[in-house]
Amino acid sequence: MLTIVVDRDKCEGYGQCILEAEDLFQLDDDGISVPTSGIDDSRRDDAERAADMCPMQAITVL
Amino acid sequence: MARVVIAGGGLGALRTAESLRANGFTGPITVIGDEGSLPYNRPPLSKEALLDGVHPDSLEFRRKPSVDDVDWRTGSAITHSDLAARTITLSDGETVAFDGLVIATGIRPRRLSIPGPHRGRFVLRTVTDAVALREHIAPDVNTVILGAGFIGCEVAATARTMGANVTIVAADSEPMLRPLGSQMGTAMRRRHEAHGVHFHLGRVIDAFKGDDCVRGVMLDDGTEFPADLVLEAVGSIPNVEWLDGNGLDLGDGILVDSAMQVDFPSAPIVAVGDIARHPNALFGDVPRRIEHWNMPTETGRRAGQTLAALLCDDDVDRGPFTAMPAFWSDQYGYRLQSFGLPGIATSHRTVDGDPDGPCIVEYHDGDGLVGVLGIDRTQDLLPYRKAIMDRENRARTTASEIG
Repeated sequence: MLTIVVDRDKCEGYGQCILEAEDLFQLDDDGISVPTSGIDDSRRDDAERAADMCPMQAITVL
Repeated sequence: MARVVIAGGGLGALRTAESLRANGFTGPITVIGDEGSLPYNRPPLSKEALLDGVHPDSLEFRRKPSVDDVDWRTGSAITHSDLAARTITLSDGETVAFDGLVIATGIRPRRLSIPGPHRGRFVLRTVTDAVALREHIAPDVNTVILGAGFIGCEVAATARTMGANVTIVAADSEPMLRPLGSQMGTAMRRRHEAHGVHFHLGRVIDAFKGDDCVRGVMLDDGTEFPADLVLEAVGSIPNVEWLDGNGLDLGDGILVDSAMQVDFPSAPIVAVGDIARHPNALFGDVPRRIEHWNMPTETGRRAGQTLAALLCDDDVDRGPFTAMPAFWSDQYGYRLQSFGLPGIATSHRTVDGDPDGPCIVEYHDGDGLVGVLGIDRTQDLLPYRKAIMDRENRARTTASEIG
């Protein structure tokens, strides 16, 4: 299972992660990105791509 | 074992190194960058970092563990190269040999030749530039910004937030005219004016006034006004001079193919980031340099894959490059976000909201949707991004119907 962590202090809600991988993230009511839980390891490349594309570098893929 | 040298030490260098490793290249990688820092994030330099303070450590990109063994040589400028001999030469005279080369030396701010004092004139590209600029922006300081592109407008917004008096001088008729078009340019000017920014549009600066330091500017229509500092934000120049004499196409950056490879038969060479003039199948065959933040990552991924294949004698993927250009810009409380290439559109229209408030603007060329801009509409842009991505399928379908 893939663990994706979003640093809520860093996230500015640009949504680039959602635009890269719309099923792996969503914006909550505060406009902060929340990663989807229970993501299969096979999606690691997509998750890392979304992390690379975060303007605030707020996403870590473990 | 083959050795890769990456010329340039920014985001493109980092992503290419990571991609070389991800694609199985295990040989030594040396990165040679002229700045004194490891790859860092530049967009905050005109915004948060200028406002709150420049903290280089917090701007540095995280590096994947796969590049822990990369030799980062910071503070080293490259002066020339003999690519057929597979060597580059540094400013201290040292010659560095490579088996595979990544061209990632990026761009620098364009400087204009304007008579008058030099002290008090600034540009903004590096951490060093931002530190110098931040020292001078303060409440009531007369700040003149030459150029009304994204950097000029972002610094204008930040300087106003810091209490400075801000005047923008630009040759174009509206701010951000080329990337956003006239309608949105006008709307963005109104937003800046509402925050107290003054504009002199369709004008250039003829001279800087002052003895040892800039104290004022004179425009081409004779208008004069005081200036304590001038930021020159009038575009960029690709750092290609070190490649002179190798017979390359350096007309505007360096020309590459869809695999990011340079046409140079006697050595494996790729180019990435702001300097790489590359084709994008979403937008026709015309190769372009695209100075958006996401392009070093997109081109770096592809270039690393290509160079790893070349060095391992594997087949290179020559398929189309279809990365989606994306940019954002925060000015005051507004957030502009865009996908595609609005700047090549032949028409644009606001399809939702009002240009003076939250809105979505579609940009079209002869083939349909070519770009989209949203202001404070982040969550609603996904369908537009998908529609632009679909251009490649449309192009293929059309080609096969004709063929």
